Amino acid sequence: MSIDSMFVHKMWDDHELAKMVDGGVPFPMLSDAGGKVGKLFGVYNEAAGVENRGRFIIDPDGVVQGYEVLTPPVGRNVLESIRQVQAFQLVRKTKGAEATPSGWRPGKLTLKPGPDLVGNVWKEWKTSMAFD
Amino acid sequence: MAEELPVGCARPTGGPVGEAVPETAKETIAPIKEEMQMIHVGEKAPDFVAPGYQKGKFINVKLSDYLGKWVLLCFYPGDFTFV
Repeated sequence: MSIDSMFVHKMWDDHELAKMVDGGVPFPMLSDAGGKVGKLFGVYNEAAGVENRGRFIIDPDGVVQGYEVLTPPVGRNVLESIRQVQAFQLVRKTKGAEATPSGWRPGKLTLKPGPDLVGNVWKEWKTSMAFD
Repeated sequence: MAEELPVGCARPTGGPVGEAVPETAKETIAPIKEEMQMIHVGEKAPDFVAPGYQKGKFINVKLSDYLGKWVLLCFYPGDFTFV
């Protein structure tokens, strides 16, 4: 979503993005002329008249589980967004019985919060697991 | 005479003559004004409708139509802005 019109979105997709992605962008490219939606989400930049680079993860109940906001020159890490969605999906599937520690990826160790784990995380989770 | 603009990832904007040069021209972003609040994690996303473009069609999208699915909502400064 940006403040550009849907017509400009079409031109960008036709003339540039379709050369990077086969068939063009598969998802909706939304128009927020005037920044009303951006203001709702707190990412509209009044001084510049554009949206900051905000990314929101919204779960199936419509609840915001996480967000990230960057200034224009630095792009997002798509794999990190996907990793976060996978983590939130796991937490949701286990109804919160499992939590994903720092550095978690699908297949890696999860933690099961409870009385026995208090003060004992060090026995199960090592700092190196945040970096491997 | 027209002055050549530096080209960056922010969209240049204009304004009344005599006003300070918009921060975008320097690729820095002014702090968000206080009246606009950041939304909170763990709370419902505000619902909205917005026109858009998808695979050859112009469409109208409502966030609440996606209830039951995971949504990644991404904002960006503008089409053709490089990053």
